[in-house]
Amino acid sequence: MRNAWIICRKELHSYFVSPVAYVLLTLWGVVFGYFFWAELGVFLKYSMESQMSGQMYPMNLNEQVIRPLLQNVAVIGLFFLPMITMRLFAEEKRTGTIELLATSPIRDLEIIIGKWMAAMLLYCCLLLFTVVHFLFLFKYGNPDWKPVLIAYLGLLLEAGAMLAIGTFISSLTKNQIIAGATTFAVLILLWVLAWSDFSNAGWAHVLSYMSLVTHSESFMRGVIDLKDGIYYATLIFLGLFFTARSMESLRWRS
Amino acid sequence: MINVKELTKRYARTTAVDHISFEVAKGQIVGFLGPNGAGKTTTMRMLTCFLPPSSGTATVAGFDVLEQPMEVKKRIGYLPETPPLYPEMETAEYLKFVGQLKGLSGAELQKRIDYVCERCSVADVRNKLLGKLSKGYRQRVGLAQAIIHNPDVLILDEPTAGLDPKQINETRDLIRRLAGSHTIILSTHILPEVEQTCEQVVIINKGKLVATDSVRNLQARARGAESVVLEVAGRNGNLETSTVQQKLERVSGVSRVLCKHQVGSRAFFEVESQKGRLVRGDLARVVVESGWDLNELRPAAMSLEEVFLQLTGKEKEKEAPAEVPAATGAQL
Repeated sequence: MRNAWIICRKELHSYFVSPVAYVLLTLWGVVFGYFFWAELGVFLKYSMESQMSGQMYPMNLNEQVIRPLLQNVAVIGLFFLPMITMRLFAEEKRTGTIELLATSPIRDLEIIIGKWMAAMLLYCCLLLFTVVHFLFLFKYGNPDWKPVLIAYLGLLLEAGAMLAIGTFISSLTKNQIIAGATTFAVLILLWVLAWSDFSNAGWAHVLSYMSLVTHSESFMRGVIDLKDGIYYATLIFLGLFFTARSMESLRWRS
Repeated sequence: MINVKELTKRYARTTAVDHISFEVAKGQIVGFLGPNGAGKTTTMRMLTCFLPPSSGTATVAGFDVLEQPMEVKKRIGYLPETPPLYPEMETAEYLKFVGQLKGLSGAELQKRIDYVCERCSVADVRNKLLGKLSKGYRQRVGLAQAIIHNPDVLILDEPTAGLDPKQINETRDLIRRLAGSHTIILSTHILPEVEQTCEQVVIINKGKLVATDSVRNLQARARGAESVVLEVAGRNGNLETSTVQQKLERVSGVSRVLCKHQVGSRAFFEVESQKGRLVRGDLARVVVESGWDLNELRPAAMSLEEVFLQLTGKEKEKEAPAEVPAATGAQL
């Protein structure tokens, strides 16, 4: 585990020494800032209207602001996560530094977990941006914090799965653009699998069940459902497992 | 220290390394010699556990590269053809990272960083970004990285490629100085490098082992008999080469006389003599007494280059290390 941590620190170092992390954080801040402003604006308008008309609409910060915003965080993540993972292995393969890692007394799995952990930590930094916004809601409003916490747990699990898939795809190529674009396409497909629910056929249900979104819904509502947790854990495991296989095949093929 | 038996690496269509066997004793510097694409890099990658062999075995410090790769990796330092540097790291940071990867930590790591910085003369770029370093410094940081954990075995893939002559000399010196405490394998396609740095040489061509011996033995072996080069000139503007040839052949101990070429009244001869017979004095006397000028007389020592070309079966006239395109897939 010490080795995984060494790799993780090195990855974080290269995220934060190069402009990558700052550019991602800035863009994320701008995009999420706009979402927050727009969503809160709609909420405020409703509450003003409800006061003016004298009728009391049921107003709820959790359901009308926080939940849709966090669902949007997942969607924005869809666009940002491939940019986090695309360089993880592709870059090392292109510059040949993978030879250093592969000839050091360290297990492939430790390399993979270290890199995935670094990607997760960068995603946590992105999430911290959103937390700052919500703190204002907690200061001036009175939302329930427990479902918010569970929604964040869901976001982390979902991102973990997406990052594991991205890590795997990055290990297949030495071209970052190919890695990024492929990851994006795969994640989008996994996302919209949910739409195959229109059909009543059995396979359609299976397809829709495999979607990334289907399993985030209960978390977003503030419910921890074991089967959703297991779904994400499985994806994370599979992603990292295939990365390990891909690294091994690199040795046999090259 | 290193024991290679029948090592083979096959790819889908080609065999990059074909049943190679050799041994390296502790503390030796071994030159791994061959044209580009001969299988040098592939062999080194198998020794460093980066690539698994298709068949055959290799042991490093008594550990098999397939069975106990972790033990092997702890004991080797490896400098690939392009130094594996992260451009966004500073030299000291990078060495610290590599040291940690190899299992060092704390005060010991700090000591080793100071030591290798000094040893490889990269102390003055300690706090510079690796991406901004010149080629020579990159190569030296690469070397520093390879010796940071004080490994028993050093494997260097073309350590002087792309350096300027001054840097090449510095790198060679450095490698020679490292030899006492480490066993070193270095690959190269530059022959003088082997003559200057290595004690032992392993020559491979097209994946096959051509020769393995000490540098001195190889030179002697290929030479067989002693030979001398003569330049003879006629005094009055003309020279009968056949007369000269006959006279030289009559000297006792001479086995063969070849007229290499003639320019005006000057002619070059190569005289081979039986082993152990010193004929130079007699040759000189014969030439002078016959009324010709002796412009030059020198022993024709065969350079390793000629030995190499002879062994790898190429024409002597061809320019040495021919740039054979790497077709064996040695590149990653």
